Amino acid sequence: MTEHKMKPIWFFVGLILLVMGGIILLTGIFQIIFPSERVTVLSETHPNIWWGAVMFLFGGFMFWKTRKQTV
Amino acid sequence: MQAIGLTFIDWIIILIYFAFVLGIGWYLRRFTKNEEDFFLAGRKNSSWVAGLAFLSANLGALELLGMTGNTFKYGMYVAHFYWIGAIPAMVFLGVYMMPFYYSSKIKSVPGYLKLRFDEKTRVLNGIAFAIMTLLVSGINLYAMALVLHTFLGWNWDYAMWASAITVAGYVGLSGLMSAIFTEIIQFFLIWFGLFLVSIFGILEIGSLKEIMARINEFGSQGSFTTLWSTSSNPMQNGMLIHWGGIVLGLGFVLSFGYWTTDFLVVQRAFSAKDLRSARMTPLLASFFKMALPFLVILAGLIAIALSMDTNSGFKLLQDGGQVNYDSALPLLIARYYPSGLVGLGVTALLAGFMAGQAGNISAFNTVWTYDIYKSVLNKKATDSHLLWMGRVSTIVGVLISLGTAYWAKSFPSIMDYMQAIFSWVNAPLFATMLLGMFVWWITPNGAFWGLVTGMASSFFMWMAVKFHWFHESIITMSGVQSDMAANFWRAWWAWVICAVVTIVISLFTKKKPKEELIGLVKGLTDEKHDQHLPFVKRPEFVAIIALIVLVILNLLFW
Repeated sequence: MTEHKMKPIWFFVGLILLVMGGIILLTGIFQIIFPSERVTVLSETHPNIWWGAVMFLFGGFMFWKTRKQTV
Repeated sequence: MQAIGLTFIDWIIILIYFAFVLGIGWYLRRFTKNEEDFFLAGRKNSSWVAGLAFLSANLGALELLGMTGNTFKYGMYVAHFYWIGAIPAMVFLGVYMMPFYYSSKIKSVPGYLKLRFDEKTRVLNGIAFAIMTLLVSGINLYAMALVLHTFLGWNWDYAMWASAITVAGYVGLSGLMSAIFTEIIQFFLIWFGLFLVSIFGILEIGSLKEIMARINEFGSQGSFTTLWSTSSNPMQNGMLIHWGGIVLGLGFVLSFGYWTTDFLVVQRAFSAKDLRSARMTPLLASFFKMALPFLVILAGLIAIALSMDTNSGFKLLQDGGQVNYDSALPLLIARYYPSGLVGLGVTALLAGFMAGQAGNISAFNTVWTYDIYKSVLNKKATDSHLLWMGRVSTIVGVLISLGTAYWAKSFPSIMDYMQAIFSWVNAPLFATMLLGMFVWWITPNGAFWGLVTGMASSFFMWMAVKFHWFHESIITMSGVQSDMAANFWRAWWAWVICAVVTIVISLFTKKKPKEELIGLVKGLTDEKHDQHLPFVKRPEFVAIIALIVLVILNLLFW
């Protein structure tokens, strides 16, 4: 019988930040093309894009670093 | 207020979170083979994993909303909860107390009381902790549903049941391990989901200095932006408290009582893979704790600064003529976050609520199973039966929490009782623990009756003020005081009463033989921990760094 090896928590943290960051980044790009009717304070800075990118890169790095690790 | 509208993308992000945490519970189920896996996550976590979980178990959304709101109400004095009200206690736990906890291989804090004193002290504390945990869990659930209903317009019942069933699902599947995994995910989601509020606030207002200047310029009391310089006179600070109350009540009793004895947080350190990792758990957590005011307190200060500018259009909600301070954070999210980020912000709050509840439930199922069920009801229970009982008590605990939440709904002011509940249970327990760990001649009867008297006196003081049997100035020794100040002082007196009764009774009752206390009491135990490591890798070194950072932060905002 093969013993299952557990993925580290950092793998899952990376994965969820990667997925959510990617969605938020894409939403930001979409909103540049089709601006939203709901205007928020400082929306001209396009926070979806830069904050989504930060999450995507941070999550992507954690995911990539731990993708082959087990504990 | 008009509910914050969620778009399709926001819903997708929220649903991803729900699917993710349930998926993690399912994934971890295969690694949960015995009771130690279920209740202590197999004791194989690194200090970073245990440390982040240690902090996150305390970082519920109720705390995020409440502390941001409290900052609006009391000013920067709320930062004391994160600095003097946490760090010295976490350092003390890591350096001095953890060796006794971890080395005795206990599975819960009441388990230590059994080894150090006797069964009746353990059961008393186990029952008090179980009741407190379920009350807090239910109030958390109620608060979550209230927030989601008020700000998002969600159905009260659906929101509560959906999150409760999800928590029951993943904790029931794999116990403490899945609770820890989701707590760490919650930690990252809270920072990514809410720190943007602070960034935007600074961008909009100009700078941190400008935020402080606005509050000082428009506010009637400059003390909303200081930590200590106005603490010698309660009239000069927003919390209406003297520094003595902060240091003795919050910094000593409430803080040490919570961070060193509350099984909800200490359980995370028990899951560490070795003694050094367990000692490092609260020490690493202390650095993240010190950073939280830059998220929570700063958001509260931004809300004050914006509300003072009539052109900003920012105003807290009013409920029946009363200011709803807890509305500060959700209103800031609505102000700054466009579609997509709103989903992330709401997910961060949801994650906070659910992880907080999971923390309570995983602590409850352990104390119930070991300290009440196995200790009193079924002493011969097998390991597999205890694992089954852990799963059953998870489901039952969630159901009782739901009942408590509905009860809280019918008595909205019950949320005010949360700090009071902590001062009934944790403050006296800290006196028992401190004396038990550091004084060998404290007896089982002394500890038991001291604990009973401490808990009863704290409850009596709360009742006496509530029903006007006497004025709370007798407790606070001041002509003016806030509810918070009364909580701090009540905790202090409960601690003193418990300590005095414990010592006096111990002088006249039978002591345990010293040989039975080896490994449990300082002075009777070998304490050469981590001596083989270079100094910079020892927990003591990390503790010194934490204390230096603490002093610098307090001086910066003096």
